[in-house]
Amino acid sequence: MSKEIRMIDGNEAVAYIAHKTNEVIAIYPITPSSPMGEHADAWSAEGKANIWGTVPDVIEMQAEGGAAGAIHGALQTGSLTTTFTASQGLMLMLPNMYKIAGELTPSVFHVASRSLAAQALSIFGDHSDVMATRASGFAQLGSGSIQEAHDFALIAQASTLKSRVPFVHFFEGFRISHEINKINVIGDETIRAMIDDELIHEHRARGMSPENPVIRGTAQNPDIFFQARETVNPYYNEAPDIVQSYMDRFAELTGRQYNLFDYVGHPEAERVLVIIGCGGETVEETAKYLQKQGEKVGVVRVRLYRPFSVKHFVNALPATTKVIGTLDRTKEPGSAGEPLYQDAITAIKEALEEGTVPFSETPLLVGGRYGLSSKEFTPAMVKGLYDELKKDKPKNHFTIGIKDDVTHTSIEYDPEFSIADEDTLRSLFFGLGSDGTVSANKNSIKIIGEETENYAQGYFVYDSKKSGAKTISHLRFGPDPIRAPYLIDQADFVACHQFSFLEQIDMLKYAKQGATFLLNSIYGPDKVWDNLPKPVQEDILEKELDLHIIDAYEVAEDTGMGQRINTIMQTCFFAISGVLPREQAVEEIKKAIRKSYGKRGEAVVQKNFAAVDQALENLYHVEPPQEITSQKERRPPVTEDAPAFVKEVLGTIIEAEGDSLPVSALPEDGTYPTGTTKYEKRNIALQIPVWEPDLCIQCGKCVMVCPHAVIRQKVYDPKHLEDAPETFKSTEARFREFPDTLFTLQVAPEECTGCEVCVEACPVKDKSEVGRKAINMAPQPPIREQEGENWDYFLSIPDVDRTKLKTNSIKNAQLLQPLFEFSGACAGCGETSYVKLATQLFGDRMVIANATGCSSIYGGNLPTHPYTTNEEGRGPAWNNSLFEDNAEFGMGMRLTMDKQNQYARELLQELADDIGPELAEEIHNADMSEETGVHEQRARVKELKKRLQDLNDPKAKDLLTLADKLVKKSVWIIGGDGWAYDIGYGGLDHVLASRRNVNVLVLDTQVYSNTGGQSSKATPLAAVAKFAANGKEEPRKDLGMMAMSYGYIYVAQVAMGASDTQTLKAFREAESYDGPSLIIAYSPCIAHGYDMKKSLEHSDLAVKSGLWPLYRYDPRLAEEGKNPLQLDSRAPSIPLTEFAYNETRYRMLLQTNEERAEKLMEKAQEGINERWTLYQQMANLTYSDES
Amino acid sequence: MVDLKTNYLSLELKNPLVASSSPLSKDPQKVRELAEAGVSALVMHSLFEEQVIKESLELDHFLSRDREQFAEALTYLPEVGQYAIGPDAYVDRIRKVKEVAGIPIIGSLNGVSTGGWINYAQKIEAAGADALELNLYNIVTDIKLTSDELENAYIELVEDIRKEIEIPLAVKLSPFFTALPHFIQRLAKAGADGVVLFNRFYQPDFDLEELEVTPSLTLSDSDELRLPLRWIALLYGRIEIDFALTTGIHQAEDLIKAMMAGAQVAMSTSAILKHGMGYPTKLLAEVQLWMEEHEYESIQQMQGSMSQQASRQDAAFERANYIQVLGSYR
Repeated sequence: MSKEIRMIDGNEAVAYIAHKTNEVIAIYPITPSSPMGEHADAWSAEGKANIWGTVPDVIEMQAEGGAAGAIHGALQTGSLTTTFTASQGLMLMLPNMYKIAGELTPSVFHVASRSLAAQALSIFGDHSDVMATRASGFAQLGSGSIQEAHDFALIAQASTLKSRVPFVHFFEGFRISHEINKINVIGDETIRAMIDDELIHEHRARGMSPENPVIRGTAQNPDIFFQARETVNPYYNEAPDIVQSYMDRFAELTGRQYNLFDYVGHPEAERVLVIIGCGGETVEETAKYLQKQGEKVGVVRVRLYRPFSVKHFVNALPATTKVIGTLDRTKEPGSAGEPLYQDAITAIKEALEEGTVPFSETPLLVGGRYGLSSKEFTPAMVKGLYDELKKDKPKNHFTIGIKDDVTHTSIEYDPEFSIADEDTLRSLFFGLGSDGTVSANKNSIKIIGEETENYAQGYFVYDSKKSGAKTISHLRFGPDPIRAPYLIDQADFVACHQFSFLEQIDMLKYAKQGATFLLNSIYGPDKVWDNLPKPVQEDILEKELDLHIIDAYEVAEDTGMGQRINTIMQTCFFAISGVLPREQAVEEIKKAIRKSYGKRGEAVVQKNFAAVDQALENLYHVEPPQEITSQKERRPPVTEDAPAFVKEVLGTIIEAEGDSLPVSALPEDGTYPTGTTKYEKRNIALQIPVWEPDLCIQCGKCVMVCPHAVIRQKVYDPKHLEDAPETFKSTEARFREFPDTLFTLQVAPEECTGCEVCVEACPVKDKSEVGRKAINMAPQPPIREQEGENWDYFLSIPDVDRTKLKTNSIKNAQLLQPLFEFSGACAGCGETSYVKLATQLFGDRMVIANATGCSSIYGGNLPTHPYTTNEEGRGPAWNNSLFEDNAEFGMGMRLTMDKQNQYARELLQELADDIGPELAEEIHNADMSEETGVHEQRARVKELKKRLQDLNDPKAKDLLTLADKLVKKSVWIIGGDGWAYDIGYGGLDHVLASRRNVNVLVLDTQVYSNTGGQSSKATPLAAVAKFAANGKEEPRKDLGMMAMSYGYIYVAQVAMGASDTQTLKAFREAESYDGPSLIIAYSPCIAHGYDMKKSLEHSDLAVKSGLWPLYRYDPRLAEEGKNPLQLDSRAPSIPLTEFAYNETRYRMLLQTNEERAEKLMEKAQEGINERWTLYQQMANLTYSDES
Repeated sequence: MVDLKTNYLSLELKNPLVASSSPLSKDPQKVRELAEAGVSALVMHSLFEEQVIKESLELDHFLSRDREQFAEALTYLPEVGQYAIGPDAYVDRIRKVKEVAGIPIIGSLNGVSTGGWINYAQKIEAAGADALELNLYNIVTDIKLTSDELENAYIELVEDIRKEIEIPLAVKLSPFFTALPHFIQRLAKAGADGVVLFNRFYQPDFDLEELEVTPSLTLSDSDELRLPLRWIALLYGRIEIDFALTTGIHQAEDLIKAMMAGAQVAMSTSAILKHGMGYPTKLLAEVQLWMEEHEYESIQQMQGSMSQQASRQDAAFERANYIQVLGSYR
């Protein structure tokens, strides 16, 4: 049998087998399982065949529910079919899972198991999704390592064919799906030897066919349904033995023996833990360690959880077992215990009654929870658990790994306990997302794992920001297999790739005594010491760290690497860690560079080679002086003026110390304050814009396009300048409505991401130096403090009176305070400026339903939140339900607003005499179509509340709680194209059709941006995206046209970069329309592959090419006898190629398959021409009666 | 029947009309159409080393830029097997064009590094090109670089490439040389078989409304013929090298003038782009008609007939400024 060793992650390990053993693969992206689908799609696109020599057909569906339906159909017609999913995705498949199992259909669903959204969404790993499907009739096989995930994928495939019971094969999201480890790849011969073709023929023979017609999917009545349901019992009874037989066959073929329940530990163990998944690796290694120290402990690792074989489980337990602790990586609130606990109790009770238990006395059994949402589960915790089991009355329904100071479920443990061996090198790397640290580390472990006899493991931790994100790489290297699915807390090697991190994170607490510390420093060997923060100096001296430095940015600049210091830092790591001899390391790095980058061209290879060579020349060893010379302390995570909750809870999370927060610190229902991003001064921009008052024409364009709301403008009375800081800039205001006032454009220096979109938007050029605009980029550090002071002062100046402001021009609208600021979105994000605009115009009365996706992540991911409030404390109320149901979620909000408004009006009428008929009448008949009307109504409601306080009528109390609903509320349903075009389309269509007054904002990036750029139905023809690696063959769905067909939906297609005034007009019209409105907003995205500072220009080209025509369809015009469709852009004036070939998403195809690119582009151009003609014809129709 | 045959870079051509370097050569079908329309040879569009490098670095930048910084999206574009980055796609295109064209194909190369020039020249030769045209043009912005140093570097480059390839070698020049005759003579000594006069470039223009610098390239017209016409006429017979005239060939008269100046071939793209793929047929028919009407037997008969040497009108070619003189004064 062939033996191939590879360093891969769990997703690839599983997808490899799935692709080899199936014919049809129906997929849908969801973290953390998306890469499995991406691999399968890419392999099929490359023409890679399965073991039978045919290339699997990979199809992306509109949702997981759709994928499950397609799978069901493919299975029912006899295909070998699989899918990959996680979390809510698995939930959407659940109805079909019952059907697939009920019809005894062999299939394997590979699940990168992930938390289910409850008080919050979490993308990280636990078993709550899988456990929610345990009653579906699917078998459940759980893997605990990358190798096991690879192996069990095959065992599951073989077993399902034989047993006819469909399988969920699961492994923890991120910890297994994304960990890279060394595995033996199963060769095709082994796969063939495991799969019995006869069983496939039988499966095919059962498939629906007109040649042999049968009926399935019948409806049954009370007379027989029950009995029919019991018919499957023999299959479930036999399934465990079938799985074991394939595990045995697999062992014969590969030497890797697995059992349904694997016991590891002391043969006469008294304390036994029972666990599923990768936590089992940790328990197993800890049990072995403790066993060597004489402790009678062991672990049962559950492999096949469903069907649960009582016989095999009980037989796996040592006869000496006195106490059993079950560990569930899920939470079932209100249950008698979590699933594994309940099954273990049932199994032991049954076996006791039947007399089949191996032990003489009944063991005590307790259970608890661990590791939810990838919470760390370490050997120290395992030791804590074994110690707990020693007690006379061990805690039941416990938790481990957190501090529960509310219901006191948590078990104490000694975090210092470690089983780390001396032969393994543990390394930690702190990098910036954009500097390439993770890519370099992935390369390093591949070099060690694949080019040497050593073993290696890599796991990568990312923060929740999309710009300026920090990454921490955890790498282990050693002579023995690495079975440690938990983070490194004591490192032999610590690398800090960003000097500024030293001020933010206590990274040296992870350094062992005498560890090596590699620092990327702009300060040379003579100056670095004095520039280190004091706590860092203290740690270096106290722990006797071996300090090495390099100015990686200088080397990167010199060698054409730009901001990417990956290769440089990687070389330094190899040079000083001693993990490989230096010469061999350099040779291997270069080999890896050629392998990784060779296909991108020789120039890329050469610049990386140069970086390797120069890195070695610029690496210095520093002997620190034996004294503390610095007084600089670490910067606090949030500003001094932050509220207590922000400081104590959110600040702790920002400091990467969130694990230390006890249960009591956190809100019990997932409710968090808004407006907290302003306390987190991230300082991620190297350059920020600087205003030139002498040139500025006060047009507001830079303010409008700023994705992070860091540029603001104000018009104010000159008296407000009296206490201004010396450097505060001001000029005469050019606003007709505000004579004799001053104007200031101010930048928030510590919040800016440095994207430069504002500079690109500025239409002004200095007549004597055209390169100088009214706003220009300048280095941030020298002006940070001064501009910070100016920013604070600027905020203290009152905003203009909204009621006096006509917001129909950009310059006026941009005087409105944004109630969405400083989000963690990507620098230059094309979505956020639309969201910001909506909050400027309507934020004080907005309720937002936000579909899962980028906008829910930068809108709602902890630690801090960008939606904020105005001076009166009003601002958008925001919530995210799910991905698929956002339109319906928003509809529910509208229903509340309407119903409660109606009820409040009813009460108002009933109580009119007590309140005062005049006030009641005014409230009842208020015109709130304009801003002024809303403000006047607020004043009336304020008076109403005052009067209601004095009434002792229960109805008055009732009305008091509803009075605010008498003021207009603006319901916004926001999401991306993945939601609106695909997974949520059915709901969106229904909500739009309902005629209810909701405003739908589709932030259309033309791909699933948040999960990494998968194709959606908004992806244009000829563009490359994941799941459309060969270029999309179908044109973008015309969502606007579909909505227009109802005739009563306001529809606008906008692109801020092409026309900001049309965008503003559309937002104002959409909100003012008393019915459903849909704004489809062109949103440039990093997934398009170009410099984001040019996003406005790209949007403009998209419009000019006709790919994105601008229009507004206003049903009110039809009522006036006018054509409701107004085209706001001209006929296509440039060929599509002129727009498209500026973007990597199109260009890639030209570079991989020119012929196809040209063919698709031609088709795309035809489509654009045809569509424009259609729009034009529609816009020219006569609606008046005179026709 | 007049004889249109000519000889350029030791290639026997059926007529002197050659399709110059243009995007048309990217499509084998179009090349075939051009050949059918009568062009006797075709110069491929240029392989720009600078573009190869830029494309490669750009692709790398956009594939690497946002990788591995957000847990849900470790990448934003799909991984594909192989990119046609570098000279391979170009070389492959030469092969495909050669298969269908049925006329000599001349590769065209614009390098930036010595290694790149030589390496790509070899690849073009290996792909089956009948000759190679070196597109020697870059904008010199370094104020320390002297014209001498630059010319020496060019000569060295031609010598180096000459050593490495067997096929005929032409050099395409810009008109911006202080002492063009001397330089062309040096090129001939360095091993160049021909010179192509002259290159046309993207030239920046100013958009006065937007105050933007806009690069632009306009199609040539017949007026532009006169610059290369002068130089070829001046040098014909004085330097042993083939001349190709490549700017301003729009009508039969233009081609005839080029021949009379001493060019072996006349190259055209603008006229074809302007008038369509069938234009060469029309233009060649007109040349033939003109020759018949004026009783010329062959192209070779007229080649160089109005060069400086042959016309004996030195002053007309050498005068730099307008001088009012009496026509009869000598």
